[in-house]
Amino acid sequence: MISRFGPSRSTETPLLIGLPGPWTAIAVAVILAIYPLVMNSMGEDFYISMGSRVLILALAASALNLALGYGGMISLGHAAFLGIGGYAVAILAKSGIDAAWIAVPVAVGCAAAAACLIGAISLRTRGVYFIMITLAFAQLFYYLAISLPQFGGDDGLPMTARSVIPGLPLDGDLGFYYFVYFTAGLAFVLLYRLVSSRFGRALVAIRENERRMAAIGYPVYRLKLMAFTLSGGLAGLAGALLANLSLGVTPHTLTWHQSGILMVMVIIGGSGYFWGGITGAAIFLLLEETISAHTEHWNLVLGALLLFIVLVAPDGVMSLRERVRALLGRKPAGGAEAQSSIAAGEKAQ
Amino acid sequence: MSQPILQVDQLVKRFGGLVATDHCNLEIRAGEVHALIGPNGAGKTTLLAQLSGELASDSGRILFEGRDITRLPIHKRVAEGIVRSFQITTLLPRLTVRENLALAVQARTGHSFDFLGTVADESDLDEGAEEAARRVGLLDLMEHIVGTLSHGRQRALELGMALACKPRLLLLDEPMAGTDPEESKKMGDLINSLREEHTLILVEHDMDAVFRLADRVSVLVAGHVIASGQPDEIRNDPQVIAAYLGEDETATENMQ
Amino acid sequence: MLYLILEQALNGLQYGLMLFLLAAGLTLVFGIMDLINLAHGSLYMIGAFLAAAFYQWLGSFFPALFLAIIATALIGVILERLLYRRLQGMSHLSQVLATFALILIANETIKIIFGAQPLMIGMPASLSGPVELVTDELYYPAYRLLIIAVGLVVAVGLYVLVNRTRIGMWMRAGASNPQMAAVMGVRIKPLFTFVFALGAALCALAGALLGPLLAVSVGMGESILIPAFEVIVIGGIGSMRGALVGSLLVGMIDTVGRLLLTFGLKLVVDGSTAATLGPTLASMMVSLLMVAVLFFRPQGLFPARG
Repeated sequence: MISRFGPSRSTETPLLIGLPGPWTAIAVAVILAIYPLVMNSMGEDFYISMGSRVLILALAASALNLALGYGGMISLGHAAFLGIGGYAVAILAKSGIDAAWIAVPVAVGCAAAAACLIGAISLRTRGVYFIMITLAFAQLFYYLAISLPQFGGDDGLPMTARSVIPGLPLDGDLGFYYFVYFTAGLAFVLLYRLVSSRFGRALVAIRENERRMAAIGYPVYRLKLMAFTLSGGLAGLAGALLANLSLGVTPHTLTWHQSGILMVMVIIGGSGYFWGGITGAAIFLLLEETISAHTEHWNLVLGALLLFIVLVAPDGVMSLRERVRALLGRKPAGGAEAQSSIAAGEKAQ
Repeated sequence: MSQPILQVDQLVKRFGGLVATDHCNLEIRAGEVHALIGPNGAGKTTLLAQLSGELASDSGRILFEGRDITRLPIHKRVAEGIVRSFQITTLLPRLTVRENLALAVQARTGHSFDFLGTVADESDLDEGAEEAARRVGLLDLMEHIVGTLSHGRQRALELGMALACKPRLLLLDEPMAGTDPEESKKMGDLINSLREEHTLILVEHDMDAVFRLADRVSVLVAGHVIASGQPDEIRNDPQVIAAYLGEDETATENMQ
Repeated sequence: MLYLILEQALNGLQYGLMLFLLAAGLTLVFGIMDLINLAHGSLYMIGAFLAAAFYQWLGSFFPALFLAIIATALIGVILERLLYRRLQGMSHLSQVLATFALILIANETIKIIFGAQPLMIGMPASLSGPVELVTDELYYPAYRLLIIAVGLVVAVGLYVLVNRTRIGMWMRAGASNPQMAAVMGVRIKPLFTFVFALGAALCALAGALLGPLLAVSVGMGESILIPAFEVIVIGGIGSMRGALVGSLLVGMIDTVGRLLLTFGLKLVVDGSTAATLGPTLASMMVSLLMVAVLFFRPQGLFPARG
């Protein structure tokens, strides 16, 4: 009996949809590894730091995607974890601890701990209340950051230098890019293993029907809390990298506007698709960069784009692949064609 | 006489001022098909939810094989062997039959917190899923999307999901709900075939089915059991007839 | 000290009542239409900007206020017809995103029309002075008293509307069980439009009234949106009484709580730390109160759905 959970299936159900094949992943990894070298040889160092930014926000969006897309937890407070990661690094740097191997794990740990605490309380609520309570928690951290002098108040905390790794100079754009590349890359491998594991499958199934999953014996609350905590920890990692990239953090990282932007990235890319957060962050930042060069009203364009996506293409860019396939009449996407073939099967009974 | 597998002792559930389960006592013997009947609003669904762990009880005790499970969460009760099915079909409609059943098997075998484990070897899940599918007659439809199946087949899968959890005590909430006579008969045969391996609590409105299938019947009125016994005893119990008269005449007729 | 607290209590009452104007509309839209409207604060901002524009044009406060309310209500109707009607029945995630988009669009449009500089609304000359409430001890600005008076009148008006009129009955039916209300023959679509227009008008009223006290600026909507959401969650979504009690509670915590916390902290830590920590803790207390309410009474203090 061939395992039907393998990647070679004709119909993709939500358990498998959007999981990348190995070749896609390798191709992306290679391109991203070569990218800064190409830019460097062309003398376009600005695009190297832009690349770092894309990778970092891709990680942040993918972290949110784990909770939002896979787990169905609509968190409007993920900026808090981004900010906690950033502030952890900046505070450590201020007190003289600049070794990356201490600062980054501490940042991840703080963010994960906060996510565990926030999740433990928030996951007892449902629907709109969950959205509101995650928002309120993020606001708590925002108020804390703007008013505690130790946190730099409105100005935030600048860093005099990036975290230190013996042997790898992070001050240059190229060195820092590869630091981000390997750190985020590791996180993406972890994320991939997560969503394709039995844990990930249970998480998606809980999103599909929580009551059923509880009735067949899944500890639903604990599974969701675990996903939320991991999601927060990974967002914290992105925050730590972001603070290093921009040499400091400001309370703006913690605003609910930032949480909204992360959510927008996930939706643009495709929530619940492995590449969703990455694609979304890349498209978002590229659009922002190009459009801002022509007009100062980027937010107007973004707003219009977002409205269009919500009203017309709510599954994001990653779903376009299947839509196109369905249009071309090739592999069905578990949609209309699968249904008709099943209808035929029913009749044949 | 076999030992009770489940004992419900003075169980209470309140919703605000309303007492839905009112000092309910019930005893289920190992290996029997025990029907739970009662007029609408008698609290059957509430009691079932308390037994499965979906609703917390306000007071009283539930003993499973002599051990107190009153405070156990749902997933621990499933691990103990108490599994329910739903009156309103509650499946994962966008997934295939195989995926639905495999999820139920996965819950039993654990590993759901195994983040990094490889998913290459699914043979254990496949075996369990196929075994459950065979029991409920869905083996030919394993790769079909659940949402596209007929209502009767979804009802069968509803039962299959519970079976895939390898329950010792099965709580069936109106398994015949919404099925046509033919599907209903099939479901009856299926339930009949389960009695060798499982103990069953059957909540059902179809009185024909109840009296055909049940070894014993308990009658729930206003949140507590007013009578328990063999189907024949229950049929002729004046209290039961009184409870049903005027409430639902067709039900009374069916009982006679 | 007593008069200081009393003055802050009046400020709290004034802030709370203005929050109530926003929360009332938000809670109705939330409760009746089951719609998360993040852009509710944008209507408040739009109302304030329109009031400022009309004020510059007319040079007079009350006509500007009146026109701003009408215009914002119209914008509300248009938005309801074009967008919100479609969002109803969509997932909460879609609603969050679409109304987030609306915030971005509103902020940017206002920036394009009015520029990035804050605008000013002059308060009516007759109300610009203080009123002596307690001889020689407590003076309070007349204009703020006007705000309190208007807030109270609107609160009473809304109470009468919701509890004593046919439309109000429909609203309550809609908030407690929309399907049932539709079955019972409540014409739900015109009701939505009405509720939305009413919510927008209340936003404009709050925005215009606060205009002379605050700078009318882009982003003012977002800063009041969070407290407004906290109010309706604390009070219970869909509940008018909850919105009122929640607003006053939040208003009092923010002002009196701030004063008392700062004062109390001065006993423990040095003055400057206390001065920064007090307001922080007060803001955090509102969020914490909401978290506590959600945790212990998830339906809010005055649940609309029974």
